[in-house]
Amino acid sequence: MQNRLRIKAAALALAAAGALAWAADAMAQANEIFVPVLVYRTGPYAPNGVPWADGFVDYLKLVNERDGGINGVKIAFEECETGYATDRGVECYERLKSKKPVAYSPLSTGITYALTEKAPGDHIVLITAGYGRADSVDGSVFRWNFPLLGTYWDGADILVQHVKTKGSLKGKKIALVYHDSPYGKEPIEALQALSKKEGFHLLLLPVTHPGVEQKATWLQIRQQRPDYVFLWGWGVMNSTAIKEAIAVAYPRLQMYGVWWSGAEPDVVPAEQAAKGYNALALGHSAENDRPVHKDIMKYLYEKGKGTASDRKEVGQVLYNRGMLSAILTVESIRTAMKKYGNGVMTGDQVRWGAEHLNIDAGRIKQLGVDGMMVPVHTSCMDHGGAHSARIHTWDGSSWSYTSGMYTADYKLLRPLVEESATKYAKEKGISPVDCAKEK
Amino acid sequence: MIYRETGQFRTSYASDQQLFPILQDRVLVIGFLAFAFVVVPFVASDYLFRAILTPFLILSLAALGLNILVGYCGQLSLGTGGFMAVGAYAAYNLAVRIPSLNLIVVFVLAGLCATLVGALFGIPSLRIKGFYLAVTTLAAQFFLDWLFSRVGWFTNDSSSGSVAAPPLELFGHPIQGPAEKYLLVLSIVSVFALLAKNLTRGAVGRSWMATRDMDVAAEVIGIRPLYAKLTAFAVSSFYVGVAGAMWGFVYLGGWEPLAFDVNRSFELLFMVIIGGLGSILGSFLGAAFIVILPIALNRLPSALGVPLSTATVSELELMVFGGLIVFFLIAEPRGLARLWAIGKEKLRLWPFPH
Amino acid sequence: MSAPARNLTLAFFALLAFGAVSPMLFQGVRFPQWLEIVIGGLMSGVLYSLVALGLVLIFKASGVFNFAQGAMVLFAALALVRLMAHVPFAVALALVLVLMVALAWLVERLVLRPLVNQEGIVLFMATLGIAYFLNGLGQFVWGADVYTLDVGMPKEPKIILDRVFEGGILVSTEDVIAAIIAGLLVAALALFFQRTSTGRALRAVADDHQAAQSIGIPLNRIWVIVWSVAGLVALVAGVVWGSKLGVQFSLQLIALKALPVVILGGFTSIPGAIVGGLLIGLGEKLSEVYLGPLLGGGIENWFAYVLALVFLLFRPEGLFGEKIIDRV
Repeated sequence: MQNRLRIKAAALALAAAGALAWAADAMAQANEIFVPVLVYRTGPYAPNGVPWADGFVDYLKLVNERDGGINGVKIAFEECETGYATDRGVECYERLKSKKPVAYSPLSTGITYALTEKAPGDHIVLITAGYGRADSVDGSVFRWNFPLLGTYWDGADILVQHVKTKGSLKGKKIALVYHDSPYGKEPIEALQALSKKEGFHLLLLPVTHPGVEQKATWLQIRQQRPDYVFLWGWGVMNSTAIKEAIAVAYPRLQMYGVWWSGAEPDVVPAEQAAKGYNALALGHSAENDRPVHKDIMKYLYEKGKGTASDRKEVGQVLYNRGMLSAILTVESIRTAMKKYGNGVMTGDQVRWGAEHLNIDAGRIKQLGVDGMMVPVHTSCMDHGGAHSARIHTWDGSSWSYTSGMYTADYKLLRPLVEESATKYAKEKGISPVDCAKEK
Repeated sequence: MIYRETGQFRTSYASDQQLFPILQDRVLVIGFLAFAFVVVPFVASDYLFRAILTPFLILSLAALGLNILVGYCGQLSLGTGGFMAVGAYAAYNLAVRIPSLNLIVVFVLAGLCATLVGALFGIPSLRIKGFYLAVTTLAAQFFLDWLFSRVGWFTNDSSSGSVAAPPLELFGHPIQGPAEKYLLVLSIVSVFALLAKNLTRGAVGRSWMATRDMDVAAEVIGIRPLYAKLTAFAVSSFYVGVAGAMWGFVYLGGWEPLAFDVNRSFELLFMVIIGGLGSILGSFLGAAFIVILPIALNRLPSALGVPLSTATVSELELMVFGGLIVFFLIAEPRGLARLWAIGKEKLRLWPFPH
Repeated sequence: MSAPARNLTLAFFALLAFGAVSPMLFQGVRFPQWLEIVIGGLMSGVLYSLVALGLVLIFKASGVFNFAQGAMVLFAALALVRLMAHVPFAVALALVLVLMVALAWLVERLVLRPLVNQEGIVLFMATLGIAYFLNGLGQFVWGADVYTLDVGMPKEPKIILDRVFEGGILVSTEDVIAAIIAGLLVAALALFFQRTSTGRALRAVADDHQAAQSIGIPLNRIWVIVWSVAGLVALVAGVVWGSKLGVQFSLQLIALKALPVVILGGFTSIPGAIVGGLLIGLGEKLSEVYLGPLLGGGIENWFAYVLALVFLLFRPEGLFGEKIIDRV
């Protein structure tokens, strides 16, 4: 019996080796642009990763179905599971590179940091809408990174602006409960600068991945009694934070999450008890009745081609954000086509397109996302394109806006961005381009 | 019949003690190395280099280190990821703070830093055995994870905790292309594998194996347990540290502490167990298996024409992975290396039955 | 226990106690706050013990260090919460119980029987493989979302003694109920092991597989029983943890915390799992809240392990574990 098993084991090992050598990759068709989709549908971050991925893929499908592609060029896409792990993200990047991708959106600040090293050499654009390196706003150093819609420094500044409207912050205490990863640590620099400027005391409370152990964190919060708690969590950490806040009776009204900590998977587990929790809305909330949603229903879900397993997911906060990420990618390609013609774009051409994005109010209406985003205008100096957000609050069953639109204060943030970008350029031996000379 | 040794007479002690006494073995190994060094850089695709060969080589070096500790010396360790992190961060700090250092020197010094840390965390092994030791190495893993996350000095005070390795260059020649990186890693790993093979054949290696088999008896016959266990930890950590430095510098390019978390430790332990405890070849076989398996599993559904969502593929991967581990443990608990050895044994007689 | 070893252990506990009260002595922390943390720590320790119980059970009876215990907790909780969407709680509970028994039977048949008498490390790796498999299977069948497990546990905390101490002491009623459930479970298990013939058979098997077989104890059936009981314990742990945190993949990472607990308490002792859990929970929370800010926070991930490591240097077999005698 042992021998037979041994033979089977040996055969299996050889088969694995063989399967790899023989399984060939399907190349993208000649007249198609390839857009890779790095997602995580399993693991502790899946509850938040799944709606984002569905939104992203649905929009790409919509462009193909409704418009016949971008100016006639269809989009080929392929998902790759990263599980929010940096090395798997890098592996996905390498695996999909042979299909000539034009832009990656890794949905992970950690993976973004790793790919920032590789993408410039491979001439591939990194569109990190609402995440990524805050200093990559400086396009003279980070030529291939595009943190569109807003960075974490923007978010930190806007949150401080908002709580300041409730009264001066001098002498007050703000606690930052953050995910102990590049994503969570990103706002610290900005918040420290702001605490010096506004005079509040910043309390830093890291939570180790994946974030289910927060009892000690919230017991500390109960004892320290900060005036506000900023939550910078992801995945399971968000819902756990809100549950622990309930368990120590910290008023949800004083909690503010970043735009990745303010979605349905985070508050629905606590439902009514999470009432009053606030979060940043990156221009959009849980709108599900815009023309684009109607189109998605009509062209995809009615025909059974939708990606989400549950239709109710269409229009949720993270679904919308994934959708917007895809819109920005498509618009970058479209802008590139205006200059380079309606063919299959290369990475360099899409980079030009992303650097010259000009999505104004009229175009926003044409796209069918009226009221869900602010105009985006990128340039070599500003790869972010927009730096605005507002606050939305959970009332137990839905989100609603509770503030006007704030814009991040770049008088404070720009010096920080340039300092950090210069440091990076020095470390890597990159010579920044002169933006004045860029066309 | 293919593998018989008849006709191969050895007439000196040196020839009897050589690494590969049998001519067929020598031919195979040298041919394989020649193929790897000379033919592969020109033949293989970019993807093969970057996604399969380079990680396979680096991980097999780490598996080699772990095999020395677990397979040869019998000390179960679950903290390998943490030691890789020590190597990676040490290399980063050396390269960034002393830019004039040669790359190889950086790797070796990083390995030495990992050696110090490994020896420190190996001290409890003098009193603690078996699974208890495994859990204490987990202490090392989590502590090191936290240390690199919290203490800004290690990451050169980067605000996000992420570090990016400086561009590689060796003796003035920049190493950028995937083939060049592959050659660099291959050279380092070959040298280290040779070193390991000789170490394990020598007195130190025998003291390790004696400690593994029955440490009380080993002590009785005069092998100092302190010496044996600490050298095992030291050598193992050196290998793992160099592997970590290469993982960060050559493969990833930029990393954060989560890149070396406890899952990495388990992955390396799987490699060692499936490849074969106490076998140099086993480390390589195990690493190849673990590196190739997820990729093969990913490609197989599309190759067979069955479209599955990435979530399903991921979950199936986990299930197949777990199932295969159990299967291999049942079929051959001594790993792929043993299968290879049995194959060679059969080849000695084939096509004759006995 | 020899005198020097006993003295060392006492010294260790004295040091621990000193460390526990030091925030009040050196950092000026007032008693009510300290008491809150202590209660919180003890409560979370109970939760760790629940998971550690399963580990100890399986190790006691089959000598296998079951790394898949966390995955079993998650699997049971996932099955329960998804079934509860279709059938009432009691029916779902019964169904999941049957499922865990079936799982135990499968594990015994497919994994344990072929690997009988292999070295400990091989069995450990096999359970690791089982853990990965259960992970994949659970997510494949039931999905990766966070599911709310609502068994009617109260979520709002209770503030007690607010007339004696200013501000009162925060006690989580959910945690108290969990502690009571854990206590009942331990009592039931202790009775099972001490008073029933199956329990005796289990202890015999734990001592020596071959000897037990030679006196006629059916090894395979015993293992199925033991893994089923561990499955039941995993289900209870899953209900308690799932109700607190929501049921999702990451729930099983709690199981890693159970390792320092069994180390402290000894691999083969049920009361050890409880005491170890309490100590680890207490030490963890106290260190995170008072020592953490000095070190930048986030230390509770490794503190438990370092505590267990230091303890092992004094008592390599744990608090209540059996002393291992190595013979040549």
